[in-house]
Amino acid sequence: MARALTEWRIWVPRTFEQAVLVGYGSLFIVLLIAGFAGAVTSLQTGYQFSGQFPKYIAGGVITESVILELGPVLTGLILAGRIGARYAAELGTMRVTEQIDALESLGRSPMSHLLLPRCLAGIMVIPALVMFANFTGFGVGWYAAKSSLGISNADFIYGARFFFRSFDLWYSVIKSFFFACAVVLIPCYIGYNTQQGAEGVGRATTDAVVSASIAILMLDVLLTQILLTGSGQ
Amino acid sequence: MIELKDVSKRFVDHVVLDHIDFTVADGQTVALLGPSGVGKSVLLKHIIGLIKPDSGVVSVDGLHVASLKRKDLSHLRTRIGYVFQNGALFDSMDVQENIRLGITNEELYEDVTYCEARVKECLRLVNLQQEVALKFPSELSGGMRKRVGIARAIAGKPKYLLYDEPTSGLDPVNSDVIDGLVERLQDELGVTSVVVTHDVRGAFRVADRIALLWQAKIRAVGTPEEIVASKDSAVQQFLERDLEMALIQSESTDGSDV
Repeated sequence: MARALTEWRIWVPRTFEQAVLVGYGSLFIVLLIAGFAGAVTSLQTGYQFSGQFPKYIAGGVITESVILELGPVLTGLILAGRIGARYAAELGTMRVTEQIDALESLGRSPMSHLLLPRCLAGIMVIPALVMFANFTGFGVGWYAAKSSLGISNADFIYGARFFFRSFDLWYSVIKSFFFACAVVLIPCYIGYNTQQGAEGVGRATTDAVVSASIAILMLDVLLTQILLTGSGQ
Repeated sequence: MIELKDVSKRFVDHVVLDHIDFTVADGQTVALLGPSGVGKSVLLKHIIGLIKPDSGVVSVDGLHVASLKRKDLSHLRTRIGYVFQNGALFDSMDVQENIRLGITNEELYEDVTYCEARVKECLRLVNLQQEVALKFPSELSGGMRKRVGIARAIAGKPKYLLYDEPTSGLDPVNSDVIDGLVERLQDELGVTSVVVTHDVRGAFRVADRIALLWQAKIRAVGTPEEIVASKDSAVQQFLERDLEMALIQSESTDGSDV
């Protein structure tokens, strides 16, 4: 790993290539899902709270739900499927077709050529995608609240600001960083160690997505316990 | 010099190499014959350090491959060209980039002019047109992929060339072309080569010495003539009638340029 880091001429350009591939390529599906999540949260908030609480509460519930949970978790799970499957399948195929062995036989490091660029690209791009998801979920949720609940802009903003702490955004970033690690490290490890031909690649891809998804859910509970409950937020 | 001393390797309960002794002197071409699945490729991968032996010593130029640090192993590998059975070309790169990756000297690798010239030279050496440089591996035939694999292996001007089944899966005409290429590279580049194959005719054509890997052991080693004269039942069983045919073929094509 240390040696690979010194080979920056190799991994820096490849990291940017990967970042564009996985970041730009994932943007549409991430925004789509965040938008729908924001809309559904808004509608369900209206269904549960209308007539019992002041309307501004909806602004707080929607904003906090999206930033604290839906944005990071849904984006993480989607990217576990999209990026995780891609990484596991790519590396798995390279392993079973001896491309990784070929790289090593040329005295080149698979770490700097393959693993480091993919891991760094994912870790850079996924938190950014989560932020885009948060803003989209928030925006669509706001629009849906205005349309279906009849909440005014002033009430929505008041509710959102009333419950919002700046730490919430940091919490979202911290969560997305850990989820990014799960999304890239687990599939890269499983893909890199693939065995037994096409069947092995299929198994590695499935295992990678399932393992990364489970890791995200477990990290979600753990980070909530440590960062929110534990810190008394 | 490549030397394997008392090398053993097993995968779970299956013994692949059982106390193997195998030597390749500088400048020689040694063909390692044996039936499919006997462990020829495993032996070859020991030489370049892709597989470590359970016991015994593998040394190249006096360096113990299995005990080398990662940096030293990478450095050693720059002196060895490895031709993989299925080419193992990087399918996301075109032929030009594949061959360029074989230039193992980092300063030369960064020199675009040198790389372009070297890629052209390597394509010429393996009898491929310059237009092939811009094609992707998926656009090439099996024989062309093998030749690009060879071009990549020689791009770094290695001292040793290891061929893993260079003619497997090819028709007889293409097999002859590849055998001729191996022979010619040996003459033009003066490399030390190990050719793993189960193609008896090809082995007799290219090799100075032939070794037979049989049931996890080196059963026989010698010049083609010594192998022909061997009374060993395994040697005879493996070579059967093909041996005589191969020797005739070898003599008839001796000195010819493909």
